[in-house]
Amino acid sequence: MITDNYTAANRRRYSLAESFHIDVPLMVGLLLTAALGLVILYSAGNQNEAIIYRQLTRLAVAFGIMIVIAQIPPQQLRFWTPWLFAIGIILLIAVLTFGEGKGATRWLDLGFVRFQPSEIIKITLPMVLAWYLADAPLPPKPSRVIVCIILIIVPTLLIAKQPDLGTSLVIASSGIFVMLLSGIRWRYIFSAMITAIAAAPALWYFMHDYQRQRVLTFLNPEQDLLGSGWHIVQSKIAIGSGGLYGKGWLNGTQSHLEFLPERSTDFIFAVFGEEFGLMGILVLLTLYLFIIARSLYISAQAQNTFGRLVGGSIAITFFFNIFVNIGMVTGLLPVVGLPLPLISYGGTSMVTLMIAFGILMSVHTHRKLLSQ
Amino acid sequence: MLRKLHIKDHSGEVRLFKQRAIVAIIIVILLMLGIISRLVYLQVFSHQHYSTLSQKNRLKIVPLPPTRGLIYDRNGLLLAKNIPSFSLELIPEQVKNIDDTLVRLNQLIPISDSDRKHFRRLVKQKRRFQSIPLRYRLTEEEVARFSVNRHLFKGVSIQARLIRYYPFGSTGVHTIGYVGRIDTRELQRIDTANYSATTHIGKLGIERSYEKDLHGQVGYQQEEVNAQDRTLRIINKTPPVAGKNLTLNIDIKLQSFADEALGDYRGSIVAIDPNNGEVLVFVSKPGYDPNPFVTGIDTKSYAALRNSPDKPLFNRAILGQYPPGSTVKPFIGLAGLDAGIANNSLFCPGWFELEGDDRRYRDWKKRGHGETDLDKAIVESCDVYFYELAQRLRIDKMYKFMSLFGFGKKTGIDILGELPGLFPSREWKRRKRHQAWFPGETLITGIGQGFTLTTPLQLASATATLARDGLHFRPSIVHSMQASNDSVPVLTPATRYKSVLLKNPQNWQKVKRSMMRVLHSPRGTARGSARGAPYKIAGKTGTAQVFGIAQDAEYNADELDKRLHDHSLFIGFAPFDKPTIAIAVIAENGGSGSHVAAPLARKVLDAYLLGKGL
Repeated sequence: MITDNYTAANRRRYSLAESFHIDVPLMVGLLLTAALGLVILYSAGNQNEAIIYRQLTRLAVAFGIMIVIAQIPPQQLRFWTPWLFAIGIILLIAVLTFGEGKGATRWLDLGFVRFQPSEIIKITLPMVLAWYLADAPLPPKPSRVIVCIILIIVPTLLIAKQPDLGTSLVIASSGIFVMLLSGIRWRYIFSAMITAIAAAPALWYFMHDYQRQRVLTFLNPEQDLLGSGWHIVQSKIAIGSGGLYGKGWLNGTQSHLEFLPERSTDFIFAVFGEEFGLMGILVLLTLYLFIIARSLYISAQAQNTFGRLVGGSIAITFFFNIFVNIGMVTGLLPVVGLPLPLISYGGTSMVTLMIAFGILMSVHTHRKLLSQ
Repeated sequence: MLRKLHIKDHSGEVRLFKQRAIVAIIIVILLMLGIISRLVYLQVFSHQHYSTLSQKNRLKIVPLPPTRGLIYDRNGLLLAKNIPSFSLELIPEQVKNIDDTLVRLNQLIPISDSDRKHFRRLVKQKRRFQSIPLRYRLTEEEVARFSVNRHLFKGVSIQARLIRYYPFGSTGVHTIGYVGRIDTRELQRIDTANYSATTHIGKLGIERSYEKDLHGQVGYQQEEVNAQDRTLRIINKTPPVAGKNLTLNIDIKLQSFADEALGDYRGSIVAIDPNNGEVLVFVSKPGYDPNPFVTGIDTKSYAALRNSPDKPLFNRAILGQYPPGSTVKPFIGLAGLDAGIANNSLFCPGWFELEGDDRRYRDWKKRGHGETDLDKAIVESCDVYFYELAQRLRIDKMYKFMSLFGFGKKTGIDILGELPGLFPSREWKRRKRHQAWFPGETLITGIGQGFTLTTPLQLASATATLARDGLHFRPSIVHSMQASNDSVPVLTPATRYKSVLLKNPQNWQKVKRSMMRVLHSPRGTARGSARGAPYKIAGKTGTAQVFGIAQDAEYNADELDKRLHDHSLFIGFAPFDKPTIAIAVIAENGGSGSHVAAPLARKVLDAYLLGKGL
């Protein structure tokens, strides 16, 4: 009955993927990007096979979790949403009280597992907003918009206090994306933007010294060559010296002579640009664009508001991460510690990301069951 | 929760979402175009500029290793130095076929399997453009042979580095220890910044105990390098601070002499200057050559050392815990005098019985010593006298008194890892063995058997304390430290422990005179050992039964028999009137103390006091 609408040929072709609730085009896009990530990580990690094995393990775990999430029907996810969000908020408060981490308190150690509660919020904030907004007709009334703003501001401030500027920025944005997609009137949007610009000096007042330093460095990197400006200058040299076609895989001198800091994690894009050049980057950006477009398409096809809003927010947040990371590495934006999705070495954000794509697949592949 | 009923315009909402999604994708594409134009700016229009920056201006910070401090003996002889050593190194990136190169190199310079394994491991850890050592310590001939054929091996070169060398080899190893490559466990302990240019770290002995002083402070230089990582110019430099030079109290010539004097015996000789606690001789035999450990000993040789029945890796002077046997008698005698119960004589029939117990505790002399006082009991080493004395002193009093001399406690010597030995007490037995103390155990404790265990260092330290009438110094190996080659050495001050105080100080002389008669009276157990000496020696022999070896005599009976022989012990000091050296000698399975350990001690005393044989 699921396959009623398909021809016999399609049935054979899609039956396996469909019985596991996998969206094949999205899956292919994700796998290709991750594979490209492994290739550049091998070079960035100085051909250390151990790093590759660890990253492969993480990818396997993350894809596994994605598939597990995809099996859960969206109604179920929607039912759990407020509870998951509440747990996330409680854990955020807990991490401020008992957390541990270098300089900033972001980690919560439960004995058997260590994680950042902000990762839970990354997923559940868009979900809780969608859950709330789906209850009433769209576009939302002003009173509902105010509730949404409160729902966004509380976790954002809690995370900014850790302090983790990059993550709080991503989380606030993902919430705003849900509101934008919900059809909130343009005039509200524009007035909010004007307020934000006016509030920027106040934000400066609340920033930590190192955060202010980053902004100053962004405005004039050459001034602080041996300090935080080093990152930006070196990564611009790496990318610029890559040229159109790059220096070739494993041949990036900037990266391999240790001029480039954090080259396996936040600055891996610079290694990519140095070794594969503009052409390589275009391939990578095309893959990313495909994933984003497919995700938006899936959201548009969703059969209810919750699915649409969550899916759309995931797609745009995914792009937002990419944009902020590349913007930072190319010197367009200040340095905020955000990894490049699917490429950077690291585990936590990868799992979060794949959970999000799991939700997208769930939204897409369960939709026939909903049709009346 | 009450759910309000809203009339939802389903298709209207879908339309609204689709509109917004289209706006979103347009913004995404615009921003991507923004990124791309930025990249075009960087990679196409500014490519020349950044290429030049990348090619030319590369600043690099290179850590500079500090030179490790040297170690001298008390007479200024070098015990540990840094010598240039030539190693064969290979840069993987520049070698086309590593396997083939290794095969061809092997025809010029022998490369063992373990070298090859070590090399492979390093290749995996290091970068491809880094030079990786393949063979250490090339001989001059090997250096020459390679140099002639150098043009055949691109990417292979010979490097000179400073490595640690111990000229006295096995003689000093248990004192000085050695350095070896830093392992993963040590990596977690050390300050990685300070060790960023250091490859070796002290593993044992003084090298380990004084690692902080010997290592020094790392330096840095900022270099401008080209794309091939070749240094073009040094921009600025913070020179490293060399480690401190150490001068030891050890007299290495005397130590070599003592080491040779022990001959084929396994054992230990420790000599201390009783006037300040300086350790003059610190021998544990057999030793082993530390030099292969510096460059990485191969598994086979290491296994041979580890599995040798002679246990050469074992530092007997501080880890060997032996029953002291009769060498404790002067101390127990002193305890008796101090308690006022050792002034009478008794009749020794050759055995001793506890009241209400049929068991006979035998004297080593079957016929007995006859009428015996404390002097005779020490000179002839009468066991029965000390059974009686121990019984009257009781175990707790003995324990308290012996602790004052450091029995059962670490001496606090400046070499890490020392063991405390053991002097039993009622409380110890209850705590550790969960048993009551038996009167018979008091008796055998009185003659240094039973639970009692001492290290050779402890015995020497206790003897030194006795020689100076209770003046108790901490044994020390390091005499002074010198921050650099032309600065003034800083002495490590002698540490004094609480002195042993007797109620009647004359009792010191009483016991010491008896110890002198052990060597200088016709009935003394070591009467042969002082013959012809121009100075007076005081001492005490000991013979300790060997415990703990299963008596399955069927397997290799000869070897087993030898290992079941008693340990031969001697403690002593000289010259009698103004002691300048206190000594403890243990020869494992040497038999009686009079025949082996005492003559050995005499040889070392002659060498120290008369310069004989040095």
